[in-house]
Order: sequence, then C-alpha cells, then structure tokens
Amino acid sequence: MDNTIYLDNNATTPVAPEVREAMMPFLDRLYGNPSSIHTFGGQVKAHVDKARQRLADLVGCHPTEIIFTSCGTESDNTAITSALDCYPERRHLITTRVEHPGVKNLCQALGQGGRGRPLYRVTEIPVDAEGLLDVAAFEDALDDSTAVVSVMWANNETGVLFPVETVGALCRDRGVLFHTDAIQAVGKIPMDLADLPIDMLSLSGHKLHAPKGIGALYVRRGTRFSPHIIGGHQESNRRGGTESVPLIVALGKAAELAKQNLHKENTEVAALRDRLENDLLEKAPDAHVNGSREQRLPNTTNISFEYVEGEAILLMLDQHGICASSGSACTTGSLEPSHVLRAMGVPFTAAHGSIRFSLSIYNTREEIDKVLEVVPPIIQRLRQISPFGHDKAPAKSKA
Amino acid sequence: MWDYTEIVKEHFLNPKHTGVIEHPDLDATVGNLTCGDALRLMIKLDEAGRIADAKFQTFGCASAIASSDALIELIKGKTIEEAERLTNDDIVAYLGGLPEAKMHCSVMGTEALQKAIALYRGHPFELEDKGTIVCRCFGVTDKLIEKVVREHNLHTVEQVTHFTKAGGGCQGCHPEIEAIIEKVHGPKAEHVAKARQRRTPMTNLERMTLIQQVIEQEIRPMLQADGGDIELVDIDGKTVQVALRGHCAWCRVKDFTLKGSIENRLRELVDPQIVVEDVGGRLPEGTA
Repeated sequence: MDNTIYLDNNATTPVAPEVREAMMPFLDRLYGNPSSIHTFGGQVKAHVDKARQRLADLVGCHPTEIIFTSCGTESDNTAITSALDCYPERRHLITTRVEHPGVKNLCQALGQGGRGRPLYRVTEIPVDAEGLLDVAAFEDALDDSTAVVSVMWANNETGVLFPVETVGALCRDRGVLFHTDAIQAVGKIPMDLADLPIDMLSLSGHKLHAPKGIGALYVRRGTRFSPHIIGGHQESNRRGGTESVPLIVALGKAAELAKQNLHKENTEVAALRDRLENDLLEKAPDAHVNGSREQRLPNTTNISFEYVEGEAILLMLDQHGICASSGSACTTGSLEPSHVLRAMGVPFTAAHGSIRFSLSIYNTREEIDKVLEVVPPIIQRLRQISPFGHDKAPAKSKA
Repeated sequence: MWDYTEIVKEHFLNPKHTGVIEHPDLDATVGNLTCGDALRLMIKLDEAGRIADAKFQTFGCASAIASSDALIELIKGKTIEEAERLTNDDIVAYLGGLPEAKMHCSVMGTEALQKAIALYRGHPFELEDKGTIVCRCFGVTDKLIEKVVREHNLHTVEQVTHFTKAGGGCQGCHPEIEAIIEKVHGPKAEHVAKARQRRTPMTNLERMTLIQQVIEQEIRPMLQADGGDIELVDIDGKTVQVALRGHCAWCRVKDFTLKGSIENRLRELVDPQIVVEDVGGRLPEGTA
C-alpha cells in the first residue's frame, strides 16, 4: 500500500534506506566468513568490528561488551539462563508483571520447574495505575537467594519507563545480577551504560530500523557469563554460530543513525505524539491515556476508547491504510485483554478499546493530521453500533 | 490479522441492520462490556406474526458485528417458529466461514435470538436461567457448554473456548468443562478422570500409585504396540526412573519418547514437576 500510515513502530520498524544500502554488499560480493584465515574472509571481520563499535557508541559501552544474537528474545533468554547457570545455588528470580513474553514466559516456565532446571521461586513485581514500578515491593522481594532480576526499561504497550538506575543500584548493593530488556528503549532515549548499574541489557535490531533477525546482548565486563548457544568460538566464545554479517552490519548502521536521530526522536517525534494524543482526547469523548504521561518513551501513546472494541477500530483504521495495534482480547485470540493493562488495573471495559500508536522519525505532520481526521468518526460510528454509552453526554476528555 | 472472508468484512464495514427499534415486540441482550462483546437484538413482528423488522446493537470485534448483521439477514420475513430453528452454523455458512477462535461470535447471535424468543413467550431462557455458571470470567453456563459440545461434537476445552469463550480467562473452570465433555461423550480412561479430579497435593504414596497406573495402563500398551516396552525402575520424589526396552531401547527418537511422550503425559496427569530419567543402560544402585 502506497498510502500506508505506519504508527506501529513498537511492533517493528521500516528498514532505513541507509541501512539497506550498508548491508547490501554483504549479500553480494562480501560473503566471506569473518573467522576465515584468508584475506577474502578476513576483510569482512573489520566490518563486524565497526558495527560492534557503532552499537557500543549508541548505548555507551565498550565494544567487547556486545554479543550479537538473532533477536531480542534470544538476548533475554541468554541473559536469564546465563545468570541461573552462574549462580546455581540461588533459586529465586525477580521480574515484573508487565514484561514482554520473551522474559515473562521464560520466568513462568522456570517457576513451574520447566526447561530441565530445578524449581525456581518467581516474584513478579506489580505496577501502579500509571504503570509505574512498585519499587518498595521490589526492595522487599530482593534477597540473598535471588539469582537474577529482570526488569524492562520501557514497556512495549504503554511506553512507560522503569527506574532501571534505582533497581540496578539496589541489585548491586545485594550482589545480585541485573538484566534489563531495553528492546523498546534503545534508540529512543539516551543511555550511557558505562555509568549505569546494569549488568546485562537486551536490544533488538528491527525496533530501530534494522531488519528482523538481529539482536544483541550487552554484558558488562567482569559479569559471570554462560553461553546459551554452544558452538564455535564466535563472539569470544559467548555465542556459537557463524555471524550473520549482513544483519550485524545493518544493526551497526542503524545504531549510528539512531544516535544521530536521538535528539529528533525526543523533540519532533515527541511533539507529533503529543499532538496526536491531545487532539484525540479532545475530539473523542470518554477516551483516556493508559500509563504515565511523564515517565514515558517519546514515541508511544496508548489510548482507551470506552464502549468500543479495539479490533473493530483497527480494522476500520486499516481501511484508511493506518497501522496501529490494540491491547484488546479479540486481536490476540486470547479472550483476555493485555496483561500489561490488567496489571495496571485498567478496567476490562477500557482495556478492550485500547489502541497503541507508536511513531518513528519517518512519520510526518501530514500523516498525523490524516489520523486525527479519521479516528474520531470511526469511534463515533462504532459507538453508534454499540449498545453502551449512548446515555453519556459527550464528556470532557480525562487524561 | 484475522483471516476474515470478504462477506464478513462487508457486513462489518457496512452493516445494514444497526440501530434501535422503538417498542419492539422482542428485545434481548446477551454478553456484557466486561466480557468484550455484547449484542442487543430488537425485533418487530407484523400482523401475521412474521419478523417485519429487526435491528441490532453490538459491542465487539469485526466478526461479532458481522455475525449480528448476518443473523438479521437470516431471520427477516420468517415466523418465530422458523427463526427458532436457526443455528450458529447457519450464520457461519452465511458469512462464508469464521476463524475458529471467533466461533463464539456466531454463538452469541443465536443466543440473543433464543433469549429474545424465550422472553417473548414468557418462558425461562434455559441457557441462562436454568444452568449454573461454569466460567465465571465470561459468565457461561453449563447448559450452553453442553449444547455446543453436543451440537458441534467438541472434544477439547480449547474447542469449547472457541465456541463460547468459556475457559478463556483464568482457566479455573477447565476441570468442569472437561467433566461436561466427558458427560456428553462418555468418560475417558478411569485414571485420567481420577487425575483430573484431584485438586489437593498428593501424598508420596498416591503419587507413586498414580505414576504406576499411568505407565502400566497407558504408556506401556502404547509402546508395546510399536514393539517397544518400558519398565518402571524406581520413583524418587518427583523423579521417575524407567528403563526403555525392546525397540525403544535403541530407537533413534527415544529421547523424544522419553521427554516428549512419557514425561509430558506424567506431568499432565500426575505432577507438573515430574522428571523422567532413562536408566536402562545401568542397574539401580545397590544391585550387584
């Protein structure tokens, strides 16, 4: 579709043209194996090193602290299972109620004695109505038997940010490994890992304009580590498997661009998002934002429209080429609305009608104008069809 | 994205029968906001008792709206007696099919119709009034579950969830849904039924007995049918030591048999923490 207005960048992002260009030679003449002794293969290694440096520059770490993986979920799994391998006598995990399935489902499996490992006690830290982490509950949960703490940096559904610096400092005091799933945060907010008490951090290429199939795990120097994929000596013996050179180069280029665009992301993209959000709240009564509007990524807004169902909204948006997503049950087939919105105590009635718009630097003011033109009539139309909410006077928006 | 037919999309995007009828002869609402879908059906009859006009209001996804519109297309011009015979399969057929996970949308359509007719006649609405609630998350009665299990020959909880949403929330009612399926289709093997009823923690003795039963009555015959065999060597807490014999002993997929079939089955029926080990190559400690 030519007229696609893509506002689903927390799901995946378009590949930047510069990224595509940078990776193409490695799908063509530069096909060597970076581990080879001959010059032909060996020359490729320099490009892998450059990509590692660029990614290290984006997150503020040393290049040897970066391990390339196949995706964010592999990074999450590697970090958590590595910690368990390194501290076998500790049988307690701490995570949150709102993690991405890459962390959540692994922790749940471990909490049921799965994955051929001993039974782990898993504490899921709750969040408040704004989606903010209950730090006091986290402090209470932390003990000497904790093997690893995995707390996301930014939530994929609401964009709400967690205080990873505070969480990491508490972990460090206790000598507990701290992993953060920063898949939504990297490239959207500035970070300097050298100055942060974070031991491991997951990131994913396709959320920052690189292709799908590439991720990375940051492991702070001196952190005990046990590989998830056993094989050759690649990635300094930390991840077996021949390097996906084209995708690594792509991620390096995407990281370089993300660093350049960080300011734009936090000014222009944030301004577009705010305009979209404020106008929608004004034009559609009985709508409100899910999650803190202060502690939040610059590109994300999650809005609940009462009395209508999210899938119906999405399909009507689809008719206009507008791409977004929903925490509604019907979109997932699970019948229950998003675990994130439920953890925040968003009533089912509002969760069913939640829509997430997530922007990128490629969105324009014209696109947002078009969305603002299209969405309010869709909500109005679906409310006409709905048996609820007709007795409500057009209310003022509440945030 | 769901794989909706063009007919579903058309009835969702341009429904013909939305709206309200003032002073309808028949009027019923099923579902509610919390459940994620709800349908209000209003019907006006003519002097001959035929359905002259009908309208709906639906809160729900595309297939819920399309099913509501299809329902009205199908009942218009009919007498109540004729309309009463409509099943959700008729709605699905009219729409050219629905994704399986969306079958409950068509069931909601027929439920609304049956409720409206029952109220009109002053009868109790069997599916709601006489049954007891099984699924508390979505307010589904045993009557409705039994009806769909019978009419659609459903055999698993997952299928029941697709048709009624029951069991799709906290999953606490899964044993009760299993029981309804067994009531309709006859009981499964006795030890399976026993395992399902069990809710309290087992004693060591109970666990050992159950493991023995499952292996002897279910797993052994299955392996023997393929020329293999299994011997229960020892049970230590939740670790089950077995020896694979016959074909199984040197089978290339024996790890899969061990973990994929035997361990999973024991985890399902006895305890989720069961670990099965093959000690076929060595004798238990202490024996010479």
